[in-house]
Amino acid sequence: MNKTVMIVGATSAIARATAAAFAAQGHDIYLAGRNADELARIAADLAIRYRVQTRWGIFVAEDLASHDAFFTQAVADMGEMHGVVLAMGYLGDQQAAREFSVGMEVILVNFTAAASILSHCASYLEARKQGFIVGISSVAGDRGRQSNYPYGAAKAGLSIYLQGLRNRLYASGVRVITVKPGFVDTAMTYGMPGLFLVASPQYMGERIVRALNKSADVVYLPWFWRYIMLIIKFIPEPVFKRLKL
Amino acid sequence: MSILNQPLSGWGRYPVEICATRRPERYQDLRATAPVQIARGQGRSYGDAALGEMVILTERVNRMLAFDSVAGTLRAEAGVTLAEILDVIVPQGWFLPVTPGTRFVSLGGCVAADVHGKNHHHDGAFSQHVIAIELILADNSRVTCSATENADLFWATVGGMGLTGIIGEVSLRLISISSPYVQVHHHAAANLTETFALFENAALDDAYSVAWIDCLATGKSLGRSVLMTGHHASAVDLPSALQAPVKIKPAKSMPFDLPAAVLNPLTVKLFNQFYYSREGSKTRPFFAHYTDYFYPLDGISHWNRLYGKSGFVQYQCVIPTAGAFAAVTALLQKLAASRRPSFLAVLKKLGTQNPGLLSFPLAGYTLALDIPMRDAGVLALTRELDVIVLAHGGRVYLAKDAVLTPQAFRVMYPRHAEWLRVKAQVDAQGRFASSLSRRLDLGAQHE
Repeated sequence: MNKTVMIVGATSAIARATAAAFAAQGHDIYLAGRNADELARIAADLAIRYRVQTRWGIFVAEDLASHDAFFTQAVADMGEMHGVVLAMGYLGDQQAAREFSVGMEVILVNFTAAASILSHCASYLEARKQGFIVGISSVAGDRGRQSNYPYGAAKAGLSIYLQGLRNRLYASGVRVITVKPGFVDTAMTYGMPGLFLVASPQYMGERIVRALNKSADVVYLPWFWRYIMLIIKFIPEPVFKRLKL
Repeated sequence: MSILNQPLSGWGRYPVEICATRRPERYQDLRATAPVQIARGQGRSYGDAALGEMVILTERVNRMLAFDSVAGTLRAEAGVTLAEILDVIVPQGWFLPVTPGTRFVSLGGCVAADVHGKNHHHDGAFSQHVIAIELILADNSRVTCSATENADLFWATVGGMGLTGIIGEVSLRLISISSPYVQVHHHAAANLTETFALFENAALDDAYSVAWIDCLATGKSLGRSVLMTGHHASAVDLPSALQAPVKIKPAKSMPFDLPAAVLNPLTVKLFNQFYYSREGSKTRPFFAHYTDYFYPLDGISHWNRLYGKSGFVQYQCVIPTAGAFAAVTALLQKLAASRRPSFLAVLKKLGTQNPGLLSFPLAGYTLALDIPMRDAGVLALTRELDVIVLAHGGRVYLAKDAVLTPQAFRVMYPRHAEWLRVKAQVDAQGRFASSLSRRLDLGAQHE
């Protein structure tokens, strides 16, 4: 079995744990990211721990024009591509991102670049009539809040984009899963005040792989975030707009 | 990078300090960013070696980078644990050349403490199997050091408790095995004289040896023990029942702090009596999975909670062979007289010392005792133990230590002046400092 899984945005803790969970199932792994040193280290580690083939390539999210050739090359390198996990995300400084010149970068990476690379993956998988796409979105995309709405808006856009892809690729037998993590213990959240019920990256990785064997299309991780967000979405807007969130 | 302030302690849970912590995930972020810092792997040193005003948690910089399954060498980032390494190498016929009593330690920690195992009398300490280290210095330059390249820095770094820089990568020579089992032989000894006789009996010697000591036994039974020797079993010797791959049992957990009253001289005495008769009666050799032989306590996560909330100090010393019997007798008498129940006491013969300037092992006998931290009397007791150790030319193991004085330290580690010279060369400003280095006045920056 090769059944290569490509991880886009492969150097984050969640991405690494997800790659590990797929490698543990015997999948070969292709890592896409911008930090060559980190990609090489993670690729070597996965190959040693799980005895699978691993390769990596430099992927520059903002360089939208490069995505097509990048994906084609990755497929050529591995011989095939069975699935794609879109794990890239950029939170940045959400206070600074209120200024659009900064916020634009957040929207570019989290939405525009994500849509771009996913479009190439989708066409390939649609033609193969098999495989999967897992998009890591965020609970922050479920409702706009003053503390992180540029990020939230981009992730909301990503969630809708994935929903559309799911509808389009259903006929071709390609699974599309939207993952919405709550708080995860990563570099992004380390030392952040007010966190609760924080999940480990390993938990995320294992649950993402497990989601492919289950039927749900939209997966909140851990599961209770579905209900937390349900409550948050139920708050009427006239009330919500007054809250300091 | 974000900082989290949190209470930290070593495995002994004494002392506890609020430390600022960083947790890099990328190798390039494993660097000195604060005026003063210390790296921390799995926090399995017992005292204050991995505490300080800024602690760099290396647990996520834990990638294995190269494994040559033909030559038996491994290169990995220092944050990886021995458990993770064993999971990879044992199924491919390799084992660690030296392993401490827990596999839940980081590779970097093994280098920083220059750990030893049950085979020290044959194979020396961890550093003697290290091919090279990549060390991240105070100016954040990276330097490779080994016994042949930057050797001064190498021998100051192994056993140097993280104070020469951040250990970034380690490459290691492995040993070849043909099964995951150890062939074990137990020998009961009724007292300390018999215990030493067993250790000195070449006919009983094996690749690995260690003795569990009942340190509440007194009088004629003082120092009674069970010597446990062993060697890696070859696959052909294994009974067929052991040929199938084993699934390692998940660890049981100690879910809460045991109330202090539970471990008292009586209960520990009863346990020791039971353990001595059970283990001492295993007179025929048997096969033990490597996890059971090398890491018996790894089966219970958080076993340190056995000693209650106030924690414990582990007192581990080594005494040169000539005075070892007298010193161990005196130490056991002193401990027994204090009526402090030590659950775990271990005696082991060590081999020749290596060139590591602060490396612990030397030719002689090492005794390790857990002492529950119930009251200030513990400090008085360890001072008395120090006097015995010093009188016999011995030393205390820094990886276990939380209480040693700088005066005693300097006598115990006669090469500390050479170490301080290397420290001054690579870290003149004292950017790498821990609570241990401040306590022992080990070249740390003075306020």
